[in-house]
Amino acid sequence: MSTGNMNLTLKVWRQKNANIKGAFVTYKAEGISPDMSFLEMLDVVNESLIHKGEEPIHFDHDCREGICGMCSLYINGHPHGPKNAITTCQLHMRTFHDGEIIVIEPWRAAAFPVVKDLAVDRSAFDRIQQAGGFVSVNTGVTVDANEIPIPKVIADEAFNSATCIGCGACVAACKNASAMLFVSAKVTQLGMLPQGQPERYSRVQAMVAQMDAEGFGNCTNTGACEAECPKEIKMTNISRMNNDYFSAKLFREEATHDHAGGE
Amino acid sequence: MTLDAKIPKGPLAEKWSKHKFDLKLVNPANKRKYDVIVVGTGLAGGAAAASLAELGYNVKAFCFQDSPRRAHSIAAQGGINAAKNYQNDGDSVYRLFYDTIKGGDYRAREGNVYRLAEVSVNIIDQCVAQGVPFAREYGGLLDNRSFGGSQVSRTFYARGQTGQQLLLGAYSALNRQIHLGKVKMYTRTEMLDVVTIEGHAKGIVTRNLINGAIETHSGHAVLLATGGYGNVFYLSTNAMGSNVTAAWRAHKRGAFFANPCYTQIHPTCIPVTGDHQSKLTLMSESLRNDGRVWAPKTKEIAEKLRKKEITAAQVKEDDRDYFLERKYPSFGNLVPRDVASRNAKEMVDDGRGVGGSGIAVFLDFADAINRLGKDAVAAKYGNLFDMYYQITDEDPYSQPMRIYPAVHYTMGGLWVDYNLSTNVPGLYALGECNFSDHGANRLGASALMQGLADGYFVIPYTLGDYLATIGPKPVDVKHPAFEKTKQDVLAYINKLLALKGTKTVDEYHRELGLIMWEYCGMARTEAGLTKAKGLISALRADFWKNAIVLGDNEEVNSSLEKAGRVADFLELGELMVDDALARRESCGGHFRLESQTPEGEALRDDEHFAYVAAWEYKGDNQPEVLNKEVLDFEFVHLTQRSYK
Repeated sequence: MSTGNMNLTLKVWRQKNANIKGAFVTYKAEGISPDMSFLEMLDVVNESLIHKGEEPIHFDHDCREGICGMCSLYINGHPHGPKNAITTCQLHMRTFHDGEIIVIEPWRAAAFPVVKDLAVDRSAFDRIQQAGGFVSVNTGVTVDANEIPIPKVIADEAFNSATCIGCGACVAACKNASAMLFVSAKVTQLGMLPQGQPERYSRVQAMVAQMDAEGFGNCTNTGACEAECPKEIKMTNISRMNNDYFSAKLFREEATHDHAGGE
Repeated sequence: MTLDAKIPKGPLAEKWSKHKFDLKLVNPANKRKYDVIVVGTGLAGGAAAASLAELGYNVKAFCFQDSPRRAHSIAAQGGINAAKNYQNDGDSVYRLFYDTIKGGDYRAREGNVYRLAEVSVNIIDQCVAQGVPFAREYGGLLDNRSFGGSQVSRTFYARGQTGQQLLLGAYSALNRQIHLGKVKMYTRTEMLDVVTIEGHAKGIVTRNLINGAIETHSGHAVLLATGGYGNVFYLSTNAMGSNVTAAWRAHKRGAFFANPCYTQIHPTCIPVTGDHQSKLTLMSESLRNDGRVWAPKTKEIAEKLRKKEITAAQVKEDDRDYFLERKYPSFGNLVPRDVASRNAKEMVDDGRGVGGSGIAVFLDFADAINRLGKDAVAAKYGNLFDMYYQITDEDPYSQPMRIYPAVHYTMGGLWVDYNLSTNVPGLYALGECNFSDHGANRLGASALMQGLADGYFVIPYTLGDYLATIGPKPVDVKHPAFEKTKQDVLAYINKLLALKGTKTVDEYHRELGLIMWEYCGMARTEAGLTKAKGLISALRADFWKNAIVLGDNEEVNSSLEKAGRVADFLELGELMVDDALARRESCGGHFRLESQTPEGEALRDDEHFAYVAAWEYKGDNQPEVLNKEVLDFEFVHLTQRSYK
């Protein structure tokens, strides 16, 4: 089924599960077309492994159009590979040259344990969102949408933060494995909008507390997260989050109601 | 069997209000005595799980992805329709209803579609309250754009990522309930069967995708919101993991499968480049607001374009055929999807296709860029243009996009009544998983609307009626039906793991896809479909002899996961062909070459085919039985659809 003429050497991290030590294994990827996506190249390698009765390389992937946030490969030292502002599934083989050696690893962070090979467990991200990444509004108890006018610049800014796909590239890129870019994107989106104001300060405290509990590191302003983010989320989100967090700690009450815990 | 859709009597505009009043209620103190299972966490499932938990029910939610936020609703681009009439351009609930019925080529239920249009306005309010950052005007109010099949602007959007923003809204509501302990979330867990006791759905059997554990879960009701089955074609705009397994296994436990042959081929997707291709990428219909679709007027010019002797920009205005604008002056480029797709195919069949393969037409933004400026076009469609560039290595700001139709959505699905209940009591189907609201063709920006309508505003009412009827007595998890179903699932898995042949599961899937695309795609004939039936049947037999499935159950095993899904697609494919054969008319996305108007449009046969085809499973390798639900049109006059 191969249709191209590129031949590559892959050094791929193989690890059976979270409890067994992993190691790099070398594979040949032959007859690769420059029009293939990176994941299609791995599909080709996997098909040949299956034909040989060998276990295919496991990696997370789903939508293959850069929006679900599932794919998560650390390629040649960069989350989502060498190109800026795209996910692994949008990376195409024309970015590489014939004969190249490509090193493929999973996200590396204590809070993201390896599930198998290149797939990691990112449920810590869900738990941070569960701690406070919402507006407490039940279905049906709302006003007409146009009764909440929002200046276009604010709406656009909130949208820019809301584009986060939760892939974890920011954590993988950070030498401290910090999740601050991810957390601050949601804090900023809701903190900028009028709908998010009532819980603005309890939210930031609850989310930061959960982030710390999950074992993510701290931010030391290197900026690798912003540089590697496939959705170009800006570090100014982190500044906003810090601002809200300190305001909350200095001047506000402790986290209350929904954000404080179960019923 | 007589199918009762349970559409309430009375005037169209009063049906839903009256029905809501007639439904039984579960009192607030009793709601916590009920367990509800929700499978799938996209717009329909996520919204349903959150809303039911808010009401007080105990919800167990399941998804096969690593997080509920990754359900494929996330990839919807263009927008969501709602009859708000914020543009003062003549929209109304009735107009949205009418456009949707007509767009579906008069093969949907009036009652359902009217309700959909009615609750559409509540959806926008709900999403805004959650903090969904829809596009806005400078005055701070919500912006709209136009979509195919309507002449008003009623589509709300968030750049080209509306699905993402709506799903993250539903995900946030779900997260709140998980945090409150009202929803127990199971990720990386795939549903493999439904447990029924005395004819009622009482639970499911799942496989943990990390350690292979086969588990049973009980509930007073089971809601399937597991999406569509477009991946039966292998190449589609669906996510790689999208599959029919949950719906299909429910079908094999008695739930009827309705109108399986109604598939939507979306006109504007990035064309296939080679055999390696794993999926196709949509370019949002919203692009047809500003992009103009054309092909060269002659084969000779097309040939020069294909050989790259000339560029698109060098083709003179007089040598271009803006075929949609020419044939459909009132709707122009914004005709419904089925019409736009068939016309693109006609151009290619006529030898006027472009691109290296000749299987594409142009979608050109040169006029829009001249009129509005590059920045304004980028602000509206930037992320789509970037995506196109990444995939094709061509800059759509300086040369037209090449586009071609691709499988995108399936209007068919599990048969449900007005309450979203399948014919198996206690088993419900929501969103794309059911068949109910789009007839034979879905209009753009209506999938998000239906998913959220079902999840936020329909099921929270209708489910209560069933639960109040059966009462809060706990489901007996010791009932032998649970163990029996679990053993069935294990036996099936072992049968798959025993396959040690010579062909990979993906190879079978790709072959199935080619058969479906060739004979059950944009144009279908009696002879072609009959041939396809034989081919699929042979392929399925071969699969169960020669497929390779590696590894064990008790580990992460993508080979096993895929094998189960493809085995189900192989069965579904045959049913789709049966359905397409039985429907000897053209309607919407189902185009039988034997049934067309002199202008080449879909020609319905209302006298014989104004029904829902609900297929009943009769056992392995037995022909399925066709049950018909006759569609009554009380309020709308059936006409030949015209967009001229």
